[in-house]
Amino acid sequence: MAYNLKATTEKPERLTGGHRMCAGCGAPIVVRTVLRALKPEDHAVIGSATGCLEVSTCLYPYTAWKDSFIHSAFENAGATVSGAEAAYNALKRAGKIDHTTKFIAFGGDGGTYDIGLQSLSGAMERGHDMVYVCYDNEAYMNTGIQRSSSTPKYADTTTSPAGKAVPGKPQFKKDLTQIMVAHNIPYVAQSAPFKNFKDLYEKAEKAIYTPGPAFLNVFTPCPRGWRYNTPDLFDIVQLAVDTCIWPLYEVINGEYKLSYKPKQKLPVEAYLKSQGRFRHLFAKENMHMVEELQQEVDRRWNHLLKLCGETE
Amino acid sequence: MKKKMNVTAESSWKEVTPGGVITESGNAGDFRTGDWRSMKPVWNSEKCKQCLMCFPVCPDSSIKVCNGKMEGIDYDHCKGCGICAKVCPFDAIDFVEE
Amino acid sequence: MARKDKLSGNEAVAIAMKQIDPDVVAAFPITPSTEIPQYFSKFVADGEVHTEFVPVESEHSAMSACIGAEAAGARTMTATSANGLALMWEMLYIAASCRLPIALAAVNRALSGPINIHNDHSDTMGARDSGWIQIYCETNQEAYDTMIQAFPIAEHKDVRLPIMVCFDGFITSHSVENIELLEDEKVKEFVGEYRPEHYLLDKDNPVSVGPLDLPPYYFEHKRQQAQAMVNAKQVILETAKKFEELTGRKYGLFEEYRMEDAEVAVVIINSTAGTAKAVVDELREKGVKAGLVKIRVFRPFPFEELGKALAGLKAVAVMDKADSFSAAGGPLFAEVRSAMFDHARDTKAVNYIYGLGGRDVRTDDIMKVYEDLLEIAETGKVKSTVNYLGVRE
Repeated sequence: MAYNLKATTEKPERLTGGHRMCAGCGAPIVVRTVLRALKPEDHAVIGSATGCLEVSTCLYPYTAWKDSFIHSAFENAGATVSGAEAAYNALKRAGKIDHTTKFIAFGGDGGTYDIGLQSLSGAMERGHDMVYVCYDNEAYMNTGIQRSSSTPKYADTTTSPAGKAVPGKPQFKKDLTQIMVAHNIPYVAQSAPFKNFKDLYEKAEKAIYTPGPAFLNVFTPCPRGWRYNTPDLFDIVQLAVDTCIWPLYEVINGEYKLSYKPKQKLPVEAYLKSQGRFRHLFAKENMHMVEELQQEVDRRWNHLLKLCGETE
Repeated sequence: MKKKMNVTAESSWKEVTPGGVITESGNAGDFRTGDWRSMKPVWNSEKCKQCLMCFPVCPDSSIKVCNGKMEGIDYDHCKGCGICAKVCPFDAIDFVEE
Repeated sequence: MARKDKLSGNEAVAIAMKQIDPDVVAAFPITPSTEIPQYFSKFVADGEVHTEFVPVESEHSAMSACIGAEAAGARTMTATSANGLALMWEMLYIAASCRLPIALAAVNRALSGPINIHNDHSDTMGARDSGWIQIYCETNQEAYDTMIQAFPIAEHKDVRLPIMVCFDGFITSHSVENIELLEDEKVKEFVGEYRPEHYLLDKDNPVSVGPLDLPPYYFEHKRQQAQAMVNAKQVILETAKKFEELTGRKYGLFEEYRMEDAEVAVVIINSTAGTAKAVVDELREKGVKAGLVKIRVFRPFPFEELGKALAGLKAVAVMDKADSFSAAGGPLFAEVRSAMFDHARDTKAVNYIYGLGGRDVRTDDIMKVYEDLLEIAETGKVKSTVNYLGVRE
């Protein structure tokens, strides 16, 4: 069925208000959209790595989750949810349950790109019927904006501060989506809360209802960590996809498919200027860094276009 | 509706749920985050064209939609981030001082 | 009829697991517990169990998957040793605090470093305060019997705590001994159905597990957890009683060997108790009033019962197959001596740390301990409280 925003608003809200995420946080926007992709009649077991999302949505004695929810630790959302999925298979086989439950794990980039990468890799490799959603806000926000392997090069974080000798994070962002593609699982996609949410909703739906493991990497702005005004979230997402800093694509059984090609590819400068974490790049002596970032974005984008069969 | 779980900061160790399990799903709805606001979105129903773009962008599930129609803002939970006001293509949501 | 067989400790425990037929087993191999998931995988491959086997990529993920599975409503088991248990450390505490009755076969091995694959108790002793019930087993039969008692203890409504069944690597895990196995149906009946009160897969009553628990509630949850461990003692004894009715084999919190009129005794854990019993017999033949206490249940610690059992003795040697590097003796010594403070204050207590990294302990070594005890009993003087037995001086 063709995507229809209005129709999706009639599906049950599976994440209530009253959670303690910061005002304007991107993560609950991503979570709500992913959960809307569930069929209303299906039950879900949702797991979360330790992080902003977990500590803010499940704070004893309150939970914002309408479905069943489990958090155990930081580095193991993949393994924890894989265990719950194994339980489902066993109990189903034993005839103890007969309903449909879907399994979704959420983790920030800290819990996914870094400390939880092994656990994620194991869960995907073993073929559990689950979706792992990384809400990628490009730093360890829960502990106060420390750099992660997902933080973009030169971004100013509390452990990669922009100083006189070192201008922010020295390394480029790790490409986790490609690592997940290399697992040869049935479904991998990169998405963002974007325009009318068709991209994220449909990818979440495919990820949830494709049998076997699936991975979604979702661009998730953090107003506090990226230093922009909260109302601007969707402008920033638009800039990220239009500069090709965060391309939207999916890989279905190894086949790449580009989801969005900007009509006019914007220079990275437009994106970098939108956030305080890159402000130091615009000092006169640092402008070559903007150029360096542009080259790397172009290189990765051109490579992706080839993978997607968009260029020779 | 009768509460499935009745634990408060006065509950004794014998009364809290074992292992910290929360047995009432979605009860965060009982917790008000509306008083975090310093700015406030105000919906103008006359300008609203019911495009519903404000609905998915809300981090706090605070856009009230019923039968496919925007009906207002849940001020118990809205934290006043202003995203809905910014994305509205019809300027039907003002963002004003609380 | 019960079946008599000859099995290694690992095989016996794997058979107990097969008879229990848990819903989920998640495990990662590590010497000397590796055989348990190996045997169990074969049961799965041959369709002898209904279990979902999760061959995880690490022990941390093994315990994480066990937590996910158990919270989802599945009866869940795993096995590990040494560094594997250490890698689980974080998750051991979380399993206990979430009150998830997971069962773990802990095949004792020296904890790195330096790396060493042989037996001592540094692995499980390190996990002694993780909130798990710990039961130690001298023989293959005890390991098998205790594994069958594990779930009725752990899942009991007054307990709901995870349980570690500990036995010595190689010495017990790989030695083939005579063993009496129960019929499958009897095990099934004894263990019963798992009926969790709250679980993730209860579609009609969704729950959230593992919340952030701040100062207003954390302490209350910890107090509750502490009470569960207090309650476990009675449940362990009741379960042992039922097991005795079924098999005739008697288990308690600890075993007292020739303690009736003993004047000196050794307190010991696991397989070395067998060696020490032989020494006790030899001494008894010579008319020496020697006895032995073998700790079975270390968590909950049988504080009062043990203190009373040691009351009236002249001297006691507590034998630790682990050092705690407290500069005040091993972990068992600290606890036993504390128990003696209330009930056996006049009894002299000394500590022997022995067998680290699989160093052999022979009857001669144990005889030396009893000789020291007899000297203390006679002179009333302790020359050295903490001693290392069998190390080259």
